[in-house]
Amino acid sequence: MMTTMIVTRVSPARVGAVIGRNLGALRSGPSYWVVLVSGFFEPLFYLLSIGVGVGALVGELRVGGRSLPYATFVAPAMLAVAAMSGALAETTYNFFGKMKYQKTFDAILATPVRPFEIALGELSWAMIRGSLYTGMFVIVMVVLGLASPLWALAAFPATMLVGLAFGSIGMAISTLMRGWQDFDLMATGQFALFLFSGTFAPVGDYPAAMQVIIQVTPLYHAVELVRGLAIGDPSWGLLAHAAYLLAMVLGGLLFAARRLERVLCV
Amino acid sequence: MSEQPLIYARGLVKRFGEFTAVDGIDLEVAPGEAFGFLGPNGAGKSSTMRMISCVSLPTAGELRILGMDPSRDGTTIRGRLGVCPQLDNLDPDLSVRENLTTYARYFGIPRAVARRRAEELLDFVQLADRAGSKVEPLSGGMKRRLTIARAMVNDPDIVLLDEPTTGLDPQARHLLWERLFQLKRRGTTLVLTTHYMDEAEQLCDRLVVMDGGRIVAQGSPRSLIETYSTPEVVELRFGDERPADVLGKLDGVGERVDPLPDRLLVYAADGDAATAEVHRRGLTPSSVLVRRSTLEDVFLHLTGRTLVD
Repeated sequence: MMTTMIVTRVSPARVGAVIGRNLGALRSGPSYWVVLVSGFFEPLFYLLSIGVGVGALVGELRVGGRSLPYATFVAPAMLAVAAMSGALAETTYNFFGKMKYQKTFDAILATPVRPFEIALGELSWAMIRGSLYTGMFVIVMVVLGLASPLWALAAFPATMLVGLAFGSIGMAISTLMRGWQDFDLMATGQFALFLFSGTFAPVGDYPAAMQVIIQVTPLYHAVELVRGLAIGDPSWGLLAHAAYLLAMVLGGLLFAARRLERVLCV
Repeated sequence: MSEQPLIYARGLVKRFGEFTAVDGIDLEVAPGEAFGFLGPNGAGKSSTMRMISCVSLPTAGELRILGMDPSRDGTTIRGRLGVCPQLDNLDPDLSVRENLTTYARYFGIPRAVARRRAEELLDFVQLADRAGSKVEPLSGGMKRRLTIARAMVNDPDIVLLDEPTTGLDPQARHLLWERLFQLKRRGTTLVLTTHYMDEAEQLCDRLVVMDGGRIVAQGSPRSLIETYSTPEVVELRFGDERPADVLGKLDGVGERVDPLPDRLLVYAADGDAATAEVHRRGLTPSSVLVRRSTLEDVFLHLTGRTLVD
């Protein structure tokens, strides 16, 4: 009931205005661009150092009955990570800054724009930013011969779902943050996900208990979905991963909008 | 229709947990009026303003803005209000001009109209030469003027100003008052809160005095002074002697005497006559100031406290 009320009154023009605000901020100075570029190079450096560098030592890897070069195994995971980081950078640090310190959302909420529209606009913007990373990364993968062009193209929409999922959760987390120090905690969690989500080693090689834990966490599903498509090995199981990510999108968005309303509209 | 109040409230209440910020107030603001909430910090002015601006919903009571119900038509109402909040929340990531054009987009105003409107408003608040600047280097007065321009970007039916000149230096305040006076002359309905009585006197046609979440008096500045104070006030200081100790010797001087920690206020129709009476009784104040009565005196009389601590 509450949910349908929130969703049915959404105005695309107002969501667009929230996106436009961020576009304006992007145009306004070089500092933002620096942040933007760094988000692309981080996963690229991991790909080159570990995927290609360590990969030379590892050689071939057997995944699901197929034999893969290690770099081909790692690259889709780095792609999923790029989608996650791109979305999180925008919906955590930037979102939190606008919500808590710049009071940008207070100013916006004095206009017809609703909290859910802010959440949608911010998420859309995070997607634009994240897609820049992943788009560039997909091209790098194809150029390095780590994915065939068609399968890389198929993986791209999956990275968008990954971005939406982590972006929504990022916003939800931001509405709960007390101050910048809380982000250290988040960064640690993010790094743990990055290391253990089947990114650098097949999850099947981990002890059984650890496998269960990993299968509950979100980046695992993102990596599995993106990798399944990027290496050209689609299966019905990928739908389950997609469903997990979709649930993150819906849950995160609604939670973030509710929290914005409860924190800012009092 | 023109007689329908733009703002109508009956028994309006706002509670935060156990704390009652606004404790059952009644209001009516007519079109074209400049209406003020006068009161000290914590009187409930800002909470009332947030309810009127449809950002925060009332806990109880009836509220109609532009004839509509904020709990149902909040989006529509906000589209016709201009809000200048107490703390500047201009967008530091955007230029002065973009602060206006971007804000206009939230109201669904087309880009071209927004640009034209921004130029007009920057002229009006005398910031045209800073249009391309970022917000951060602007002075406090300039930021506040920009916030007022932003509040007018949708050509609102009511402009709500929460302590528009708090924290500004006297020169910036006077420039701001002059701009607000221009707005008022154009017929814009202004609703403002202040704890400066001179601001209330200059800008408001009618005001309510708030204290502890309640309205303790209302009327025009002049009628409030006439009702709750005397035309003139004599301020007496007695060097080392404590005002309370002198109080007894001033019995019957003027209409009423109020001791403050550092001075005595003698309320009188004729200040000079009261002063003469003080001297006739052999008292020798170290300083005497005869002045006209102000809203500050009204507030002191109504609440027993001064407005600005």
